[in-house]
Amino acid sequence: MISLEEFKRSFKVALWFMFLTFPLLVIKVNPIERTVLWKWENMAFVGIGAFILSVLIRAFFIQKERSRNSSKNKRRFGYIGDEPLVQFILREPKYLYPLSGGVLIFALLFPALFDTYQTNIMTTALMYVVLGLGLNIVVGLAGLLDLGYVAFYLVGAYSYALLNYHFDIGFWMALPIGAMLAALFGIVLGFPVLRLRGDYLAIVTLGFGEIIRLVMENWNAFSHGPSGISNIPRPGFFGMDLSLDSAILYIYYLVVALVIITIFVVNRLQDSRLGRAWIALREDEIACQAMGIDKTKTKLTAFALGATWAGLVGVIFAAKTTFINPASFTFLESAIILSIVVLGGMGSILGVIFGALVLILLPEYLRVFSEYRMLAFGGILVVMMVFRPQGLIANVRRTYQFKKSTKGGDS
Amino acid sequence: MGEQILNVTGLSMHFGGIHAVDQVDLDINQGEIVALIGPNGAGKTTFFNCLTGIYNPTFGDITLHRSGKKPARLNGLKPNQVTTKGMARTFQNIRLFHNMTVLENVMIGRHCRTSSFIAGAIFRTKHNRREENEIIEKSYSILEKVGLEKYVNDHASNLSYGAQRRLEIARALATDPFLLLLDEPAAGMNPQETKQLDELICRIRDDGLAILLIEHDMKLVMSISDRIFVMDYGKKIAQGTPLEVRENPAVIKAYLGE
Repeated sequence: MISLEEFKRSFKVALWFMFLTFPLLVIKVNPIERTVLWKWENMAFVGIGAFILSVLIRAFFIQKERSRNSSKNKRRFGYIGDEPLVQFILREPKYLYPLSGGVLIFALLFPALFDTYQTNIMTTALMYVVLGLGLNIVVGLAGLLDLGYVAFYLVGAYSYALLNYHFDIGFWMALPIGAMLAALFGIVLGFPVLRLRGDYLAIVTLGFGEIIRLVMENWNAFSHGPSGISNIPRPGFFGMDLSLDSAILYIYYLVVALVIITIFVVNRLQDSRLGRAWIALREDEIACQAMGIDKTKTKLTAFALGATWAGLVGVIFAAKTTFINPASFTFLESAIILSIVVLGGMGSILGVIFGALVLILLPEYLRVFSEYRMLAFGGILVVMMVFRPQGLIANVRRTYQFKKSTKGGDS
Repeated sequence: MGEQILNVTGLSMHFGGIHAVDQVDLDINQGEIVALIGPNGAGKTTFFNCLTGIYNPTFGDITLHRSGKKPARLNGLKPNQVTTKGMARTFQNIRLFHNMTVLENVMIGRHCRTSSFIAGAIFRTKHNRREENEIIEKSYSILEKVGLEKYVNDHASNLSYGAQRRLEIARALATDPFLLLLDEPAAGMNPQETKQLDELICRIRDDGLAILLIEHDMKLVMSISDRIFVMDYGKKIAQGTPLEVRENPAVIKAYLGE
């Protein structure tokens, strides 16, 4: 697997690291007591750590090189023929339907199998799945880097909270209203940024997200400021008041349903005329216009549709936590949702679902390391960008089958 | 020769003090191949960009004449509106949608001739399904026409250079144009590919389309164009049949110097 020569090189790397970090990590001068402490054990740690890391990196590259050289008929892990296993399953309804059915049954039985705490965490994770899929429309498909996505989430949450506070409007009424208000805000944001792309767009959307949050924090008369709004009712079940446990269960199933609807809608959208227009816009704006696509309309629909999902989840979030304040809608939320999309794979539905589950569930179960969370987060993103820039599960374009020499015939 | 379909009079494009295009007149008839030539920096591509709505010309009129319709002025329209009117273009530096398949690239061209929107896409209505099938079939038949049908499901970025150029033409054809504007279609092609392109352009003309092309490959220009317009320093310096242009002293001067 790895030759002696490579080990020797790793050993040299380790020696160099020990030498270079020697003054910093080993010598500890105490100027008050005028003593010098020699921390030799630090040197040993650096040496062992550098050696192991170096060997791992070498092994990784050798593996990569080998898989590149291997001919087609050789079997590779996670591949069927030339195609990644995931892609193969997605393409074949024979495997896809039973598998997704299994996942669905697991999702439906989840509350019965695990306790309320786990169900609650899963609800949160699934909410992020929907948020990720919504942002995926804007970032993954239309290629508009939106760093202020949380603003639409906030709009959804506050529209339910405020409508309920002032007019006593129920959850089910607030759900479509919140979604529509968020879509409206999406269009409001979309108009001024029509001409912007890339970094500039990112800065403006970042500002937009912060402005909305700051307005909510400071406009006490309207939003109750930083103290937030409490006693937001949980969703009613045909007029019945539910106990806390059954309310959690109810919201869980609600979110599962929302996830299914979202997957269905986004899947249909991305293979439609509109979805193709978004991707074309992402690929080349000038060519896209020259092919007769209305840039304004296409961009605004992307913003509005992306925001709609955030609005929906926002309403559910307010109903789930029964208390909201601006602190729940900081830039960090936007960053996490964006990381979900980027880590999972831009434009890929399965990737985004996977990314959301990993990024939301892992920190919940690794609470011991919570202090290092941001560090790990950043590290993972950097590593991903270097080794797998297309995300965990890359998007694959739809293919069509044609019979030879006859015209047409959809797959 | 058919009736006049596009008439450009006194078209000027000024960038500050630079007159990139200066008082250029041009006209194209039905089913005609017209070439626009000139040394580098003569303003040919700027002229193209004015026609297709990427720039809004400073002065001048671009008028579209279509049988049975009132003449339409194209000045100040957006690129997508110009395409919808029936003028499709390709680009000098290839601008394909690289991460889409070859077929999808052509399907994008059908966008402005179809109408299904959010609701249609989500609920997959009967109208929407029929429209999708039409898009796919039409796109495939266009790919067959340009000879790319065997690459249907490949990514556009994986095509060879010549094939990418042809795909750009296919994509433009998918918008149902009556006038095709080709910006240096033969640039970077080998003689074999140029010959295929020559045949393709003639085939498109035989389908009743008019073609305006910018080209540096003189052999190609002289062999296929019906009329040639020559530009230099933003001005039109000559026009006429290939034979007339070849012997025009002003053209020889522009290309070879005094």
